Amino acid sequence: MAEKKKAGSKKMEVKKEAPVKQEAKKQAAPAPKQAPAKAAPTTGSKEQPRIGVFICHCGTNIAGSLDITAVQDYAKTLPNVAYVDNYKYVCSMPGQEVIMKAIREQKLTGTVVAACSPRLHEPTFRTATKEGGLNPFRFEMANIREQNSWVHMHDREGATAKAKDAVRIAVAKASLLQDLFPKTVPVEHAALVVGAGVAGMQAALDLSAAGIKTYLVESKPTIGGKMSQLDKTFPTLDCSQCILTPKMVDVGRSPNIELMTYSEVEAVEGYIGNFDVTIRKKAHGVLTMAEADARGIVGGGCNGCGDCEAPCPVIKPNDFEMGMKPRKAIYISHPQVVPLLYTIDFDSCIKCGLCITACGEKKAIDLEQKDELVKIKVGTAVLAIGYDLFPIEKKTEWGYKKFENVVTSLEFERLICASGPTSGHLVRPSDGETPKRVAFVLCAGSRDNTGIGKPYCSRFCCMYSLKHAHQIYEKIPGVQSYLFYMDIRSFGKMYEEFYYRIQDEGAKFIRGRVANILEDPVTKNLHVYTDDTLLNRPVDMEVDLVVLAAAVQPSEDTNRTRKLFGVSCSMDGWLLEAHPKLNPCGTTTAGVFLAGACQGPKDIPDAVASAEGAASAASIPIHKGEVELEPYFAMCIEEKCAGCGMCVNLCPYSALALVEKDGRTVMEVTEAKCKGCGTCGGFCPGGAIWMNHFATPQIVAQIDAFLLGGEQ
Amino acid sequence: MADAEWKPKIIGLLCNWCSYAGADLAGGGRIQYPPDVRVVRVMCTGRLDQLFVLKAFADGADGVLVSGCHFGDCHYLEGNYKGAKRMFMVKRLMKSIGLDDRRFRMTFVSASEGAKWATVITDVVKTVKELGPSPITESGK
Ligand code: SF4
Ligand code: SF4
Repeated sequence: MAEKKKAGSKKMEVKKEAPVKQEAKKQAAPAPKQAPAKAAPTTGSKEQPRIGVFICHCGTNIAGSLDITAVQDYAKTLPNVAYVDNYKYVCSMPGQEVIMKAIREQKLTGTVVAACSPRLHEPTFRTATKEGGLNPFRFEMANIREQNSWVHMHDREGATAKAKDAVRIAVAKASLLQDLFPKTVPVEHAALVVGAGVAGMQAALDLSAAGIKTYLVESKPTIGGKMSQLDKTFPTLDCSQCILTPKMVDVGRSPNIELMTYSEVEAVEGYIGNFDVTIRKKAHGVLTMAEADARGIVGGGCNGCGDCEAPCPVIKPNDFEMGMKPRKAIYISHPQVVPLLYTIDFDSCIKCGLCITACGEKKAIDLEQKDELVKIKVGTAVLAIGYDLFPIEKKTEWGYKKFENVVTSLEFERLICASGPTSGHLVRPSDGETPKRVAFVLCAGSRDNTGIGKPYCSRFCCMYSLKHAHQIYEKIPGVQSYLFYMDIRSFGKMYEEFYYRIQDEGAKFIRGRVANILEDPVTKNLHVYTDDTLLNRPVDMEVDLVVLAAAVQPSEDTNRTRKLFGVSCSMDGWLLEAHPKLNPCGTTTAGVFLAGACQGPKDIPDAVASAEGAASAASIPIHKGEVELEPYFAMCIEEKCAGCGMCVNLCPYSALALVEKDGRTVMEVTEAKCKGCGTCGGFCPGGAIWMNHFATPQIVAQIDAFLLGGEQ
Repeated sequence: MADAEWKPKIIGLLCNWCSYAGADLAGGGRIQYPPDVRVVRVMCTGRLDQLFVLKAFADGADGVLVSGCHFGDCHYLEGNYKGAKRMFMVKRLMKSIGLDDRRFRMTFVSASEGAKWATVITDVVKTVKELGPSPITESGK
């Protein structure tokens, strides 16, 4: 329409010295003079903006789908535009040079880069703008890649028109941008790690080794997570507990780690550098030695002797043993727990007091203990809340929880583990017999688009199923294993070799998703039905035991935790990283990082590696000692403020208050608390709130530029 | 102009953390959708004054889309509730002045919903195309 006429009929020459001067929009009012009073926006309202526009080809990512020359020619016709250029890769060093040089030579007052998403490269171009000699906040980005060339690949005309509008909208905003100065705030020299599985433990150990006080919060009574339930680890076949226990002990001993087991994060306030975290220490009914000391019980407190356990009359299934072993109401999950401290499960405790008598002089038991809220302050946080197994009974065709001899992989781990409920003798739950034929069903609920199950690959089940097959060959002479698989994904270091090794040991591989499992009611043997898709024939395999490699899913606590920390999740519910490739440990909440399988299925090496990454990322602001906060905070234009106070209650961060000034009641912003959401600015009926970088005149100018732009 | 297919003018006001990120994800996935929506980014839909939407219609927008995080998922805790409240007010206002409120839509698209973003845009464009040019520009002609 309008732009087509222009671009087509009058090709403008590059007027480098004489910028195209047109009148700025009326609505695009200059910054109010009141605004600079407190912060430092210094845009002279008299200054005629000189905007430089830089259009990126992104190789052919952009240039392949829209007409760069047309956009460039069009940009030259826009009000306030003093200089236009294009470059193959504006984000490259020479590309950034183009911006810096133009700022200096063309005396630009603002820059616009039309390229990818600001969520990717805004920091890059801000730096270039700064190095060119302008305030970095004089920069605006037009997204002509993610939201244009990539999504309109077959509509060159439409994409070009959209890019022109995007540039016009960006120029309108850039013409009104002000100098802003990020606030620097000190960073608390402490970190929080949530979840003490192998990833959380590693993150805490690394942070503590870096000299940072680290709070490690775990909801279970002991640390160690899922890894402590495993018998061996692939492909090296180390005993899981043997390599994990020393680490658990280190965690318990590290002077920089404050271990808070049986505890949950209850509330999080503040921002990077200054998170105020409230932690609920659940009542576990048993005093540590230190707690006993504090109560004046000399030489008392729990020393893990276990005297209390025997007389306790309550019997419950032990979760650590997947319910295959009993525990009492006062219990430890297994002998290696850290901290070595008994816990009372108050949901089943009948308060008979027999344990108190057995504990005797140590006086470690307090049946009346209450939850305690503890407040801590940390600079950064690492979330390592792990995963859960998919409730595989939902796939009813496999008969889990219906047929006794169908077990999950985690149950298999306990059954084969020397310290497990059967002392390492793999037996069938139905009759305690040693199985001679064992079927492993891989992708049980993974790579499953039926709606019941998970569409993604759970990443480590192939490998542990191979390991399980090896373990039975090691322990049961004459045993035969069958692995029902769709693909074997042995992607890691030495994994493929491990796969060959298990093949050589005699494991049989049958390619086909298991359709059905039925039980012989007399023998309790199981029939596994599938189609062998390699041999193209139906399979009916009779076995003694079936092990389901159940899919994994985000842990139960994921949703609650991510809301506390303001972290997004992916479609599958896993915690979402800031960028899958460039910022895999970070989140969109500054100062909050991710470690381990809370982000998606990870095996132990990957979980540990990601934990080291997260710990390193979390330690950077702490060691720097200060962070810059984006200066997007609200400011009160006092002349306009009626003192109604409506905004005060709207602010979710309690950053606003009414104060008396020169005999008037006006609103005042506490900048350190303001996160710049703009909720107050969107509301104030008098327009008395100036939202830095998203000021009303700036937004209105963008709307107008689009709708009234072009020939107006 | 008469011969060319009519192209609606639709403005999308997006929050930075969910919908803008979701739109970026649609790009990463190369999910194709019609190019008729122009985007203005704000940090949160809570930033949006209902007057911005009305201004857009007064300026001649044929359609306005406001998109933010799902309830409970706001990067700023609850900005989207407050934004939504104001935006529902806009709907009522539009009805009262006889402007078809289907020209205005508030949606909730998260950072992981690239495909949903494409569906939303496709549908918004379709609806606005069906409704035709805004009566405001038409009468102003
Ligand atoms: S809503 Fe506006 S007028 Fe009312 S106190 Fe807040 S800033 Fe002042
Ligand atoms: S922008 Fe306003 S509502 Fe948002 S945090 Fe700052 S003061 Fe509070």
